[in-house]
Amino acid sequence: MRLVVPLQGVAQGRGGLLLGSLIPCALFCFLQLYLKRRRSPSDPPPPSTSSSNQPGMTRHSSLSNLLSRGPLRISSLATSIAKPDDSPYYMGLDKASEDPYHRIANPDGVIQLGLSENRLCFDLIEKWTSENLRDWVMGREGGDLSISGIATYQPSDGTMKLKMAMAGFMSRVIGRDVSYEPSQMVLTAGVTPAIETLCFCLADHGNAFLVPTPYYPSFDRDMKWRTGVELIPVHCRSKDNFVLSISALDQAFNQTRKRETKIRGILLSNPANPVGNLLSRKMLEALLKFAEEKNIHIISDEIFAGSIYGEKEFVSIAEVVDSEDFDKNRVHIVYGLSKDLFLPGVRVGMIYSFNENVLAAARKLTRFSSVSAPTQRLLVSMLSDARFIVEYIQTNKKRIRDMRDLFVAGLEELGIKCSDSRSSLYCWADMTNLIPSYGEKGELELWEKLLNVGKINLTPGSACHCIEPGWFRCCFTTLDKEDVSVVMERIRKVVGSCTSCG
Amino acid sequence: MTQTRYYRTRSPEPEKEKTGGGGGTAMRVIVPLQGVVQGRGGLVLGSIIPCALFYFLQFYLKRNRDDPDDKNESNSTGQNPTTRSPSSEHLTELPGLTRSLSRALLSPRNSGPVSISARVSGIVKGGDSPYYMGLKRVKEDPYDELDNPNGVIQLGLAENKLSLDLVKDWLAENAREAILGNGKELSISGIAPYQPFDGLMEFKVITLGARGCWRVAIVHGQWFMVSDNNAMVLSLGLIVEYRYSTGMAVAGFMSQVMENAVSFNPSQIVLTAGATPAIEILSFCLADAGNAFLVPTPYYPGFDRDVKWRTGVEIIHVPCRSADNFHLSIAALDRSFNQAKKRGLKVRGVIISNPSNPVGNLLNRETLYNLLDFAREKNIHIISNEILAGSTHEEFVSMAEIVDQEDTDRKRVHIVYGLSKDLSLPGFRVGVIYTFNEDVLAAARKLSRFSATSAPTQLLLISMLSDTKFVRTFITTNRERLQRMYVQLVAGLEKMGIKSIKSSGGFYCWADMSGFISSYSEKGEVELWDKLLNLGKVNVTPGSCCHCIEPGWFRFCFATLTEKDIPVVMERIQKVLKPVN
Repeated sequence: MRLVVPLQGVAQGRGGLLLGSLIPCALFCFLQLYLKRRRSPSDPPPPSTSSSNQPGMTRHSSLSNLLSRGPLRISSLATSIAKPDDSPYYMGLDKASEDPYHRIANPDGVIQLGLSENRLCFDLIEKWTSENLRDWVMGREGGDLSISGIATYQPSDGTMKLKMAMAGFMSRVIGRDVSYEPSQMVLTAGVTPAIETLCFCLADHGNAFLVPTPYYPSFDRDMKWRTGVELIPVHCRSKDNFVLSISALDQAFNQTRKRETKIRGILLSNPANPVGNLLSRKMLEALLKFAEEKNIHIISDEIFAGSIYGEKEFVSIAEVVDSEDFDKNRVHIVYGLSKDLFLPGVRVGMIYSFNENVLAAARKLTRFSSVSAPTQRLLVSMLSDARFIVEYIQTNKKRIRDMRDLFVAGLEELGIKCSDSRSSLYCWADMTNLIPSYGEKGELELWEKLLNVGKINLTPGSACHCIEPGWFRCCFTTLDKEDVSVVMERIRKVVGSCTSCG
Repeated sequence: MTQTRYYRTRSPEPEKEKTGGGGGTAMRVIVPLQGVVQGRGGLVLGSIIPCALFYFLQFYLKRNRDDPDDKNESNSTGQNPTTRSPSSEHLTELPGLTRSLSRALLSPRNSGPVSISARVSGIVKGGDSPYYMGLKRVKEDPYDELDNPNGVIQLGLAENKLSLDLVKDWLAENAREAILGNGKELSISGIAPYQPFDGLMEFKVITLGARGCWRVAIVHGQWFMVSDNNAMVLSLGLIVEYRYSTGMAVAGFMSQVMENAVSFNPSQIVLTAGATPAIEILSFCLADAGNAFLVPTPYYPGFDRDVKWRTGVEIIHVPCRSADNFHLSIAALDRSFNQAKKRGLKVRGVIISNPSNPVGNLLNRETLYNLLDFAREKNIHIISNEILAGSTHEEFVSMAEIVDQEDTDRKRVHIVYGLSKDLSLPGFRVGVIYTFNEDVLAAARKLSRFSATSAPTQLLLISMLSDTKFVRTFITTNRERLQRMYVQLVAGLEKMGIKSIKSSGGFYCWADMSGFISSYSEKGEVELWDKLLNLGKVNVTPGSCCHCIEPGWFRFCFATLTEKDIPVVMERIQKVLKPVN
């Protein structure tokens, strides 16, 4: 539009045909040149963030191939993730593992409240394994069959035996008449690859998922790193007790659509990590309706399904889909044994989907992440031991509840309130009145003080993409009861100096 | 692609883009414009017409944008001229959702089913290659001497069952101890002799009165509890803690397999759940979507999945021929490299298998040096898949040995190893990335979160691999048995007039049956394969699955057989071949 004026000037003036065609031609030529120069840096599909890290190799790649100078390139993905972590979540984890607290051996070490592990019932698992390990590797029969059952190639998506045992375990965990169909399961080496595999199956490079915030910090790795998928935060606020609302979802959906990014689904965690609240049946129905309306998928991460200890009942999205006339094809559940049966070291995760195509694709992708056969055999016998499982689930719930009550009471004494929740291994603590300035900066300052002065590692809300500053996630299940008072003492020390300074 | 990119670069630079768009049209527009201006129109018409044209151009671009966008996506999976076709085929087969998405979203209720990603829709459909069809067929109807004598005999799966009895015996004796420790001793003390390493691992055990009979161990900065009966190990999430110990055990095993010609540094090891993810992770680390690797053919059929599926990387074939006994030549590499460059592809590395699968020949020292020179000249990486290193009966030279002696340029060398072949434990899912490149090491370590080895399995392995006597016996016995089997198979084939390339390692015999195929082409080869499978009831891998450039070659994997099976196999093959001869 602006171009019109110079052209006219030329045409109306003296130039005539020659100049009138020369100038646009030249312009066009420059444009092409410009575009060509711009093209090489944006060549790899991964978006600008990663390619901007390149030490300028891509641009001269043709030249450097001739001269064979310049550094040896690795992929933009590897370049960006090879750098040390700068997120407080991972920094805190590292710090705590370098100098871990122990009551007697290292009383000045850092207390870990940032890693979501549940060590409360470790003794039960220990007892079971020591009693039953004898038959683990060779099986009770100890014959020929059993060696080829663990040494040779097994179905990469898990043996039928283990799937059946998992289905039984899940029903037991929920404690109601919910049955899971083993043929709809795909087993993976942990929940992390389960989420990634689903992401590969549901979205293409550049597509997006809606994720209610605050969310589990590692979703950023699991969902985005290798898949090239985007996460769109859907903010939940303290005034709603961080409960998701459909209108917020809708708003985020429309905003993203305006950016011409395709949304392929919603990623939920139910019970929520870090907040610990549950999605009600009504909410799940509304979500399913929303998903149907927009024609998108729902991934429901239900890894804490068994770590519930209040009156409120956990409702799996599998139940809702079953009971109503919803389109099952868009529902995918992720589960694992890392939390409910504290066995993260055994690396067993699961995709439970109603979509045949997704199952077929996921099954093929498990070649990159399959469960080790000896481990499968061990789990089959552990999960089939009904007496042990029932006892474990009961005891576990009780111990988490006791620990939570103790921990929350301690925090309240310090004037720190927690959001009301009765599930997962965390409490979500409101420290807004303790942060020196109301902003992410203030939050991180407090986190750093807690880590370096107080020697406790919490997860700051900003690592979970929480929109309100001053919230912290505390995982209390790594502690002993005696440790709680130590934690409170340490917080008091930091908080005291905080209130005096600000 | 060019087009798409052109549109994409538009948005951030509205200024330039306008001149661009206008200039582009102006070229053709100039004549009418001039006519208008020189004639009557003047300012008004002269600006209305270009404005309208520009408007239409924008309109046109907008309408077209959706399409290239889609193509772009399927590209990021299919990536390249060769693989694009299958995925775009599937795109059209999808119930039209992706393409008409914008419209579907406008109308409140859309009836179409929810779609899966374009990149996996190709994967769902796949699996029709004879390699996978054959494997499936055997699974449905496996041969058994007594139970199912008419079943299909498996010669297509690279699995070694010859020495499984040794593993079994070891496990029977030691499994419990491996996990629980022997009596009073801590199971963890089994690792102690390796300490400390490179400052990587501190290892101390402190006995504490607290918590009953607990003791505390610190491995690599992590606390964990060790109870008196030593069953602590299973549940503490020991992936991190054990990685180093297992790394050491695996490094020791690798050195032993390679007859101590190289010593492997545990701190350069990343463990994965099998060699398959090890290869994929390297592919993710070294190449961006749309880049390519050079791979000498014939190659392991699984590479097409491992290197390409999720990474969007392309494989450029480097054909090796029977005239050279399928040995790799640098000239062929160079030719493929240049051809790829002409197609505008960035080559990021060479993937070699040594010993090669399916041919079974070894790369000698000289070739390895030349390969390194080639990689240096082109500034690319080398991935050396040495998963069969211990299953050889001639001198094996690891790429690690070459770069060890030559101190420069280690950064471009990455080795893939695993325990599936040499220790015949594919069910354990243990793979290894061994790299000299720190950035790749850091990235691969982080990516191993998607493919970690299970802790109980690691414990078993630490114990098993640290038993050097067992390992030595195993390797020697396994080599002998493989060799014996190989000789018998080759003799049997030769009797029928089937020649094969001399193999120096691996579980395979690479046999020339080009004299028996009905037409000298892939079609003829697959026909023979089909006959062998359905009439003869033996499943072999046709060369075309390995992208062999010459038709009529077949891979026979003999390590799943017993000696008694060989005459049966020969008889069945004979039955199929007779009518043709």
